[in-house]
Formats: sequence, structure tokens, C-alpha cells
Amino acid sequence: MTRTNPVLADIAIHVDGDKRQLSVDTRTTLLDALRDQLGVTSPKKGCDHGQCGACTVLLDGRRVVSCLALAVANDGAEIVTAQGLADGDDLHPVQQAFLDRDGLQCGYCTPGQVCSAVGMLREVQEGWPSHVTGDLAAPVELTDEEIRERMSGNLCRCGAYANIVAAIREAAE
Amino acid sequence: MSIGIPVERMDGRAKVTGTAPYAYEHQVADPLYLHLIQSTIARGQVTAIDVAAAEALPGVAAVLTHHTAPRLAPDAPAEFRALQSGEIVHHGQVIAGVVAESPHIARHAAGLVRVTYDARPHDVRLRADHPDLYTPDMVAIGAPADSATGDTHAALASAPFRIDQTYTTSAMFHSPIEPHATTAIWADDLTVYEASQGVHDFTALLAQALGFPADRIRVIAPHVGGAFGSKGLARPHAVLAALASRMTGGRAVKVALTRRQMFALTNHRPATVQRVQLGADADGRLTALVHDAILSTARYEEYVEWVATSSRNMYATPNRRTTHRAVRLDVQMPAPMRAPGEAQGHFATESAMDELATAIGMDPIELRIRNEPSADADTGLPWSSRNLVECLRLGAQRFGWAGRGRRREGDWLIGTGVAAATLPTWFKLISVAYGPSHAAVEHVGNGRYLVSTGASDAGTGARTALSQIAADALSVPLSDVDLELGDNALPRAMLAAGSMGTMVWGSAIVAAAGEFRRLHGTDPRPGARAEGAMTGNPHTERVTIDSFHAVFAEAAVHAETGEIRVPRLLGVFDIGRVVNPRTARSQLIGGMTMGLSMALHESAAVDQHVGAVVNNDFAGYHIATHADVADIDAVWLDKPDPYANEMGIRPAGENGVIGVAAAVANAVNHATGVRIRDLPITPDKLVVSRFAR
Ligand code: FES
Ligand code: FES
Repeated sequence: MTRTNPVLADIAIHVDGDKRQLSVDTRTTLLDALRDQLGVTSPKKGCDHGQCGACTVLLDGRRVVSCLALAVANDGAEIVTAQGLADGDDLHPVQQAFLDRDGLQCGYCTPGQVCSAVGMLREVQEGWPSHVTGDLAAPVELTDEEIRERMSGNLCRCGAYANIVAAIREAAE
Repeated sequence: MSIGIPVERMDGRAKVTGTAPYAYEHQVADPLYLHLIQSTIARGQVTAIDVAAAEALPGVAAVLTHHTAPRLAPDAPAEFRALQSGEIVHHGQVIAGVVAESPHIARHAAGLVRVTYDARPHDVRLRADHPDLYTPDMVAIGAPADSATGDTHAALASAPFRIDQTYTTSAMFHSPIEPHATTAIWADDLTVYEASQGVHDFTALLAQALGFPADRIRVIAPHVGGAFGSKGLARPHAVLAALASRMTGGRAVKVALTRRQMFALTNHRPATVQRVQLGADADGRLTALVHDAILSTARYEEYVEWVATSSRNMYATPNRRTTHRAVRLDVQMPAPMRAPGEAQGHFATESAMDELATAIGMDPIELRIRNEPSADADTGLPWSSRNLVECLRLGAQRFGWAGRGRRREGDWLIGTGVAAATLPTWFKLISVAYGPSHAAVEHVGNGRYLVSTGASDAGTGARTALSQIAADALSVPLSDVDLELGDNALPRAMLAAGSMGTMVWGSAIVAAAGEFRRLHGTDPRPGARAEGAMTGNPHTERVTIDSFHAVFAEAAVHAETGEIRVPRLLGVFDIGRVVNPRTARSQLIGGMTMGLSMALHESAAVDQHVGAVVNNDFAGYHIATHADVADIDAVWLDKPDPYANEMGIRPAGENGVIGVAAAVANAVNHATGVRIRDLPITPDKLVVSRFAR
């Protein structure tokens, strides 16, 4: 006998500082829970496969693709979206740099790029090496090549890459 | 003056925070979710479709099949007549849809639907020797399929230098990061939030398909997450979302295509096989130019792209022939994708020009300058303003072209390449296809103006540029202008196409502002309003208004692995006046990035047996990423075109795409001596040809 009714689970997550309680179908990704159930549409769905980065949020301070995280497995998590990175009218320095450098066009990949950049800069600060890091023991130097490598999980079909890299470089200074 | 100032993108704040709403994201009460079911054969008939288990699943509101879906207007384009019969015309065609209380239930239920087919043999492969090649009446832009002047046979036979090569390009997919999506509410009237690059043209098609009055359909699309040509039409998912809403008592229905569905349901750039023959004398003057293009179209609906038309006026030559031949395949209809036709066509001709320069032993820039035409050979008309030579010269200087030597740095072979290109202005889209565009200006009080037009901004920066045009047309500061677009309740405007949006809508705004001042003067009462329209260009009978550019590329090829990097890309553009240097540059380097993607990555893997594109996601269909783009820049001549419009602006965006693939191929050839004539240029092709030599 195949089961026909969804399995539901009650969870609580913190989204951009607010505690949100919800009952999720256990098949629901964190991304769908945010977008469809909580109406938090700052994270975007571009592929649902972990291949585009549009859904990137900060989960307990680390960047993750929220389409590959199940909501039920993240009970109690602290989630920050691009919307939550801004403090009212005050943009996060990375967001301000995106505006200054026009690191966006259609804007659909943008919240994911912004969250990814914020998470990435933290990783660099903590000394995490990347594929293009020469000396794994030395502190990471944030070259353009490092930025590009570390941001390559975030696709932009409008082709804003060059300006995004410039924005991240500026925000990091 | 606002025009010419690099004003910050007006929707930038909403976009960097993610608060700008896209089609799927508009908050509606108690929505249902639609999931589409697709054909697993490429040609044949659905003989049975068992929906019992799906319908029995709790939470399923309706299952739509060709048995249950309401009838659509028989005269609507085949592309939009979803679920009207069991006939299958391409793999991945929509054959059913499930509407349910949650996306999971809809998807689960979709998996329970059992479909039986009567499959017929299909043909999805484009080849130059296809027995069913035919000559279309016209190419899709409304130009003749063929052209001929002089005697190309004799000229080629006697030419001291000759190139005769065939170039091929794969089908390509627009792949905007925002999937095509619709939120539809059809209670009494119909409201649609749509990922659309043209709300009015979308409305007209939807009204036609549904047989429902256009004035009772509201279409809202303030933000669109990239389109590139793929969001211009009313698509089956939008038609079905509307029908599903009607069938469920007017509840809101949301649908977003999955990334995989987009590869079967949102059209593609057609694959091409192009033979280019060039003849030249010892001075590099072209004595003959032949461009024969073969391309794919769909068996069920014709679309033959204009691949060789630019060869009719790009260079001077006394003997010229261009042809288009098509073959009807069992694939989804191809459709315009950013710089349609020009992107594939220029790859072939500008590669061939490079091969000719090598054969003669002449600098490729000099070869192009020697063949600069004095007038448009296709029409006999003079150019409104053609500064291609200046683009080449300025680019050469900025790029450091002189003394270009190939070099080796460690394992890397490094070379440079150039390509020239043209982008026509398709005024025909106004006169023949989409009609005039309108705008309105209203004084809302306190010196503030509301400017409105049913235009679209899918990332082009139109919202910002049009505000600047409006401010200047009204002679007010930019801060006194509010601009509305992306809503069919606003004055009718054509869709974003042919890179003509800002130009056409901008002219409508200039007309509306002029009319406003004529009627209401400089001290208008609150509520004063006027409309204006852009109906066409009076100069097109006297001049040809095209854009031009030159692209310079540096390529580095790994001597062992064939890995290809493009450390430098520079575009120099002759596009008239630039309204907003900040957003225009973004558009141009964005287009160049797509051109780079076309050069190095984009390729459809078609399984002949199944009849489907099998690399149908971003893991399989590669597009350029951050790591691919290094030093990229776009500059322009800033020469206003006095014939184009009041602002002096010409089409811009698509120019970015066109010349890049050839420039990269030419740079790879310079670096390695290997000529790749089949896009994309991938390491395997380089390594194989290296061993073949
Ligand atoms: S939607 Fe999550 S990576 Fe694309
Ligand atoms: S800005 Fe459009 S996809 Fe990145």
C-alpha cells in the first residue's frame, strides 16, 4: 500500500531575526519552505538542483544552497537572507558595493550572489583555501582569481560577473 | 541633462535585497500549484492516459489532459495550443498537468499518471545533406531567403585567394536564471503575473488562445529575471495556469517550470551548418562572398532564422550570394535568442575573414578596412552612420593589437583575435509585427511627473534609462520623474526585442512629453496628462540604420590539455548615443559574457534515439561562470545617430554577443595554429586536431 498523505513535521526556524513556526511536508526543501510557506522570496529558485546558487542563504553563518537542504532537517536553524542582511534602509557593505559597481542586471541571481559573497568573505577570513590557493598554510590573499573561483557556484546569465567581482573586491577593502 | 549620466540602477536596492517581486513571488491568497507532465517520445500519439491514481491523491484539485482541458481557439499558434489533442510533435511537450494544494503533492501526483503512446519515427538531427532541405518563403524577420548579385562562380574560380569552409553551431538555450513562471487568477476577469518581456504582446496571444477579451486580462510583470528572447510569447504553462484557475473556481494557480523543463518548453537558438566562400585579390579586396546557411526548424511550426542576412551588407564585393535552407525536425520550435541569427552568422563569416587574412598574409583589421562598403549593398541606401573602421582602430589601440605575436608562457600558448560585426535595426518589428508603442506623462502635483508605458525591464536597465529620457524630454530633474512599466494597464508598448526597447519606448516618451507640454505648458495643473506614440521611423526609406562593433580577444590554450582561457576581451561599439553609461556597459559586457559562453561552452547533447536534449540542466549544459570571465571591457564611440530617433540612440544590448565567438576562435587559431569551425571550442577538439596534424 503506497502512502498517499504527506508526512508533516512541526519546526521552528529563525529567518532574518524572526522566529517562524511552521508545519512542513518532510519533502520540503528549506528554499520552498521559505518561499512558498513563509513568503520569504528573497532567496530565488533557479534550478532546484544545487547548480546555480540563486537560492544561497546564510545558515548558521555559512553559505548554503537552500534548495539542497531539507526544511525538516534544519529545525532551530538561524537563517539570514539577502533581505535580512540589510538593516532597514542601510544596506550591507556588500549590497552597497553591488549597487555602486552595478553588479546586477535582472536581479534574479543577485540575492544569492550577495549571500554567497558574504559567506565567502568569512571563509577567506577564516583562512579556508580554495582550488586556486597556492600556499595552503599561508593566509589567503583575496585576489580576483580567488574571488572568481569561490563565486563560481553562483551563475549569472545576464553576465554581471565582472562587476560582481569588482563589488566584492571593493566591499572587502 | 540626465542622458549620458551613469545613474544608479533604479530597482537596484530592491534587487540586492531580493525584495523585487518576480512572477512566481507575488503574494496571492491560498494558491494552488501546477506541475506539468511531459511527453517521453518525440513524435506520435498519446493513446491512453490514466489519471485515476493521481486524481485520488489527497490534495489534488484537478488533472488536465487533452481529454479534460477546455478547448482553445483553433487559430492560436500551435505553440500555445496546449492539451488540444493527443498528438506529440516534440520530446518534452506538455501532455498533462496536475493542480494541487502544494508543489509536492502536484509533483507526486504527476508521477502517478500513466501514459501510453503510439510512437512514430522521429528525426532530430540537422545535417547539410538532409534530403528534406527546403527553401523557406522568407526568413523569420521578413527578408527574402536568398540574395544574389554578380557572378560568384566565375569570381571564385578566378580569385587568387579563396576560402571555402563550413562552420557549425549547436542549438543553444536562453537559460535565464529565473525560470519561466506564471501566477494566474481567473475568476470573473483574468489576472496574470507573468515572467514576460512584453506584457501587451503576451496579452494579445493569451487572449487569442483563450478566446477571452484582451481588455479583461490584466498582465503584471514589474520584474523579470532575464529573458533573452525566451519570455516574449504566451507559453503553454501560462495558458494552462489560466485554464487551471478557471477549472478550480478561480483560485490562484502558480506554476514555475523546472530547469529541466525549460530545455524542452522555452525554445532555443537553432543549430546551423554554414558554408562560407570568399574570394579575394592580392590586395585583400573581396571579389566574391557566398554565405549558404542551413538550419533547423520545427515540423509543426516554421521559424527560419536570418543567419546570412548580415552578409548582404557587411562588406563590399561585386559578387555575392546568400541563401537559407531549412529542415523540419521533430523538435520544439526554435525562436530568437539574444542576437538571433547574427550570433551564429558572424561566427562563420568572421572566422572565414580571419582565414582569408591568414591566406593572404594580411593583418585581419586591414582586411576588414579594405572591404568597408560605402553604402548598404542590400538596399542601395547610404548608412545613417557607420563607424566600424573607427571601432577597429580604437580597439586596436586600446587592446595593444600592433605587433601581435603569438607567445608561449610556460605551458600556455597565447594569441589574439579580432572580429567585426553589425546588428541591424529591425524597424520592421514595428511596422509589420508589433505595431506602435505608446507612453503617457502625467503631472501628479508639486512638479512631479508619472511616466508610464507597457515596456519591460528584464535586466536591461530600461527602467532607469527611460526615466532619464523622460526627465530630459520634460526638462525636469531626474528626481521629479517616476516611471511605471511592466503592466498591461499602462499604454500599449511592444515587447523587448531586437535591442530596440529603450529606443522605441524612449521615442514614445519623448512624443508624450512633447504633447504634454503642448497641451499643458510648463506650469501644468495636477492631473494634467498626455499620451504619445512611436509609430515608426520616417528615415528608413532613405538610410540604413545599423549598429556596428569590433571585438578583440586574447586566448590562452594549455599546450597539453587544450584547456582554453580568455584572459582579455574588449568590445568597441558604434551604437549611437548612450543614455546610461553604467547600465549600458553592464549590458554590453553581459552580452560579451554570453558570447564567451557560446564560444567555449554551450552545446546541446541530443540523443538521436530518444529525440531529446539530454544535457538538460546546468550540470550538463554549461554556461559561463565567474571563473571564465577575467579582464572584460566595453567602450563606445558615442556618436549620436541623427536618423535613429530624437535621442540619437541605436540598438545596443545584443551587439555584445555577436562578435565574440569568432574573435575567440580567431585568437585560439593565432595561439595554436588550430582552426576550430565547430562551436563550442572545447579542449577535446583542440587536442584531437593537434594529434591529427
Ligand atoms: S536553486 Fe538552489 S542552486 Fe539553483
Ligand atoms: S543579474 Fe540576471 S542572472 Fe544575474
